Amino acid sequence: MKIVIVGCGRVGAVLAEAFDSAGHEVVIIDLSTRAFERLSPEFRGQAIRGDGTDADILRRAGADGADVLLALTEGDNRNVMAAQVAMENLNVGRAMAKINDPVRAAAYAELGIATVCRTTMLSDAIQAFVGLKGSGMPSVIDAVAHHHEPAPVAGGKA
Amino acid sequence: MFVLVVGGGKVGYYLTRELIESGHEVVLMERDAARASQIADEVGSIVVAHDGCEGKYLGEAGCNRADIVAAVTGDDEDNLVICQMAKHHFDVPRTIARVNNPQNEALFRHLGVDEIISPTRMILGSIEQDIPVHELLHLAALGDSDLEIIEAHLQAGSPAVGKSPSELSMPEGCSLFAVVRDGVATPLRSDTILSVGDKVIAIGGSDCSDLLHDQLIGTSADEAAPVAG
Repeated sequence: MKIVIVGCGRVGAVLAEAFDSAGHEVVIIDLSTRAFERLSPEFRGQAIRGDGTDADILRRAGADGADVLLALTEGDNRNVMAAQVAMENLNVGRAMAKINDPVRAAAYAELGIATVCRTTMLSDAIQAFVGLKGSGMPSVIDAVAHHHEPAPVAGGKA
Repeated sequence: MFVLVVGGGKVGYYLTRELIESGHEVVLMERDAARASQIADEVGSIVVAHDGCEGKYLGEAGCNRADIVAAVTGDDEDNLVICQMAKHHFDVPRTIARVNNPQNEALFRHLGVDEIISPTRMILGSIEQDIPVHELLHLAALGDSDLEIIEAHLQAGSPAVGKSPSELSMPEGCSLFAVVRDGVATPLRSDTILSVGDKVIAIGGSDCSDLLHDQLIGTSADEAAPVAG
């Protein structure tokens, strides 16, 4: 699979290396080249400096027609926009955005963007640890509608 | 009309003031608390000091009964999300976004933002209107000599259109040597017929550019400079 990751933070870097060692083609994009210091020297994918919400930058990074795009920057809205650019302009098969605002996360799943919400994920895990019931909300929500015809992804898992 | 303005920068601030002036009901959302209270001191308690991108606070600011949401922060991605949340989560009838990167306009429109205002595009348009297209482009100087490489973009109305180079009276010491047509450069032969859209490349001394201009671009009414003999 060809996987594009926007945001080389802790999560982005860990995933980039995991996909890379599983034999996938990985491109990781970040605004700061320093962020790439998180990647181990063994990482064989591409690391590209640039704004992952800019269609031109994504295109130059080879995101056109990629199987999966994961938007994992610190900014919810940057993630949402990168995922939408990928789906609308670049014909990416599936896109997932990290959105820490639970309301936005649920709303965007309805707009065709799969979302992962750290707020729900962490708070539920901690509540479970101390014996509370938690929100019962899913922290990962798959896209329930699509802006355009979704391309099926071989292998299924992002 | 109830207008929810998101983003208390210069645009949001003046927009809010003007809207109040014209008698509309306005709520302004500004996430920076200091900036929010500064504006509130002037316009009254219609400022919500919260992030307008966050669903919870949009709701608290009354987004679900807003007639118009205007997203005028300095960040395109924020403005997109504000409008989409307003449109799809709160059923706001009309959303307006400020867009800084002109390339985002099409995406925003496609993603359901009703109205897109691009200051960059507007300024660009205004500048481009001021640049005459009927001009020779001086591409490069050749070494130490007086010679330069000049490009002429043939527009409709150019006296050279429909003619071959041999039918044009070229100034002395000036030669046309290539034509770029549909992105392909070919040497200019004496029987090549020039057409609209062609880019003609010439080499000549700087003293022949007036005559070259007349031959390839033409003398337009507003710059009718008679060629002195």
